Amino acid sequence: MRALSITALLLATPAFAEPSVEVMHFWTSGGEAAALGAVRDKVVAEGVAWTDAPVAGGGGDQAKTALQARIASGNPPAAMLMLGQTITDWAAEGMLGNVDALASAQGWDAALPQAVKDWTKIDGHYVSVPTNVHRTDMIWASKAAFDKIGAAYPTTWEELNALAPKFVEAGIIPLAHGGQAWQEAYMFEAVAAGVGGAEFYRKALIDLDDSTLRGPEMIAVLAQMAELRGMVDPNFPGRDWNLASSMVINGEAAMQIMGDWAKGEFTNAGKKPGDDYACIPVPKAKGDAFVYLVNSLSLFTQTDPDLIKGQEVLASAIMDASVQIAFNQAKGAIPARTDIDLSAMDVCAQATSTALAANDAGGTALPTFAGTHAANAAVVGAATDAITAFFNSDQTPEEAATALADAIAAAR
Amino acid sequence: MATKADFRTTLQDWLPKLVLAPSFAVTLLFVYGFILFTVVLSFTGSKMLPRYDWVGFENYEKLFALPAWTTAITNIAIFATLYIVICTVIGLMLAIFLDQKIRGEGMLRPIYLYPMALSFIVTGTAWKWFLDPGIGLERIMHQWGWESFSFTWIKDGEMALYTIVIAAVWQTSGFVMAMFLAGLRGIDNEILKAAQIDGASNWQLYRRIVIPLLRPAFLSAFVILSHLAIKSYDLVIALTGGGPGRATEMPATFMYSYTFTRNQMGIGASSAVIMLMTIAAIMVPYLYAELKEKKA
Repeated sequence: MRALSITALLLATPAFAEPSVEVMHFWTSGGEAAALGAVRDKVVAEGVAWTDAPVAGGGGDQAKTALQARIASGNPPAAMLMLGQTITDWAAEGMLGNVDALASAQGWDAALPQAVKDWTKIDGHYVSVPTNVHRTDMIWASKAAFDKIGAAYPTTWEELNALAPKFVEAGIIPLAHGGQAWQEAYMFEAVAAGVGGAEFYRKALIDLDDSTLRGPEMIAVLAQMAELRGMVDPNFPGRDWNLASSMVINGEAAMQIMGDWAKGEFTNAGKKPGDDYACIPVPKAKGDAFVYLVNSLSLFTQTDPDLIKGQEVLASAIMDASVQIAFNQAKGAIPARTDIDLSAMDVCAQATSTALAANDAGGTALPTFAGTHAANAAVVGAATDAITAFFNSDQTPEEAATALADAIAAAR
Repeated sequence: MATKADFRTTLQDWLPKLVLAPSFAVTLLFVYGFILFTVVLSFTGSKMLPRYDWVGFENYEKLFALPAWTTAITNIAIFATLYIVICTVIGLMLAIFLDQKIRGEGMLRPIYLYPMALSFIVTGTAWKWFLDPGIGLERIMHQWGWESFSFTWIKDGEMALYTIVIAAVWQTSGFVMAMFLAGLRGIDNEILKAAQIDGASNWQLYRRIVIPLLRPAFLSAFVILSHLAIKSYDLVIALTGGGPGRATEMPATFMYSYTFTRNQMGIGASSAVIMLMTIAAIMVPYLYAELKEKKA
């Protein structure tokens, strides 16, 4: 970090003769880099110089550290890929500029669903420009595995639980899972929305209501987590998520619960949705719900007019309908805009987009907890500790609910 | 003429100081300055960025109430004890065996020493694959026909910590061996011969004379091993990532995650201060003992 801040100082913005934009991000995997390439091409075509500042590390932790160093040295990037409450935190620090004029000229208010606006339009200002929406409460199922035991895809938790012994009998691992803390956090939020429902999710994970966190619904959610723990193979701890996905791809395992970024793995392996695999939302016991994660590039305040121009061109490029499509075909997510034609995209993306529109209107679109939208990083970190401890031990759901509530209370 | 000579003497006096000044200043700022900065931060309510609102010992109270910190300090206690003891024992044994005037010592010595040339990340990744039951040792044993063989420590929350000990010992014991070997070569042969004439057995020779004479080597080994143990971060990240669950969380991984990923810089800083104090508690008596010896 020390070395970084020195480098940052040495590289402190030279006087650019033309509009330019520096984009700091952690999209370094194949599909992610290709997705960002769609934005870059558009920006460069507009005559703006693009400076790429990637910081490797999937979850963005390293990028966050690098950003803190840049900020501390007084040299924030023009745009930075950020998630959820990190955006609100930086906005509260007064570090973010906005593109309100552009947004009203292009009618962003009408183009974006409320779920997306919640995380890009902070206190009435567009401080961040959304590239895509991910759905995190998804099951990726192997068609071959389901055909082998002659079962239909589960629509309730009871069905899903009843499938497990049949898969085991057929020599298939029922659930492919990567035992890393963050993956268990995403699984938890999917189960929370599925078993507990939207109202419970809001009370427990957004309002952080103590009695709900300790209550019977939470215990039911954790009991279902315990069921899922019984479906994984003994070798799961420490496994990367994409290795779990490939277990589903090659039919070794039947299902994976993972956000829709997993689709990229299936696409890269040459698999077709419907023919080879199915993308289905996790069962919902208490009415429909949709857990979403918004990716957006946040704009740090700039004073140089060339850099401000660069930010505007970047924002405009991201929101461009064809860029949104190209970006999300590569990334495996769905466009943040809900007013564009998705016929070029695959059936998974179309279904997810329809579900987002329905849930956004019905008030059951839920911000991701694991992705620090619903709560801040301190609370999510503490809760993740409790969840992963539960998933990797023989704690009872009751004990885990107490541990979870205590951890969240201590981190608030 | 006199003034010129004076100028030269003055220059000679000042030159070493001038040459050392930049590195001294850099060390002062980047080591001691940042230590001070961290101590200050640990008493503030800093979250995402440093802030200077004094909160007293609140961060320390919170820190010691956290179950994750309890796990981290329990783990480091178990890890450091096993790591230091096993490394010292293996290092000493290797050194004594190598010191038996055996053939090919020149070839054997680097073989034991080379693991130290690897970074902990490489060690961690290699051992992660080697210990993974699905691809490593267990699978090979099964393929060779030993079907009942089972070694799943790395996937087991109770045992995963010991896999870190294994990997760390593998990496450092050769280095400890080199230190002991240097110590052994420094022992005066006359003493050993005198003891042999007095009829001392080999065992007595080592127990009563050689090992006591190696005291300085033991001290250096202890200091180097203990600070390596407390700093252990990269090995844990590469080998287990702190898992399964949070079973192998260490103070260093705790500090990083609280300071940089969880926006709780104050608590992160207080854990760093505790780590520094732990190291100081080991180093200060050592330095004190060493300096006192030199005076005497």
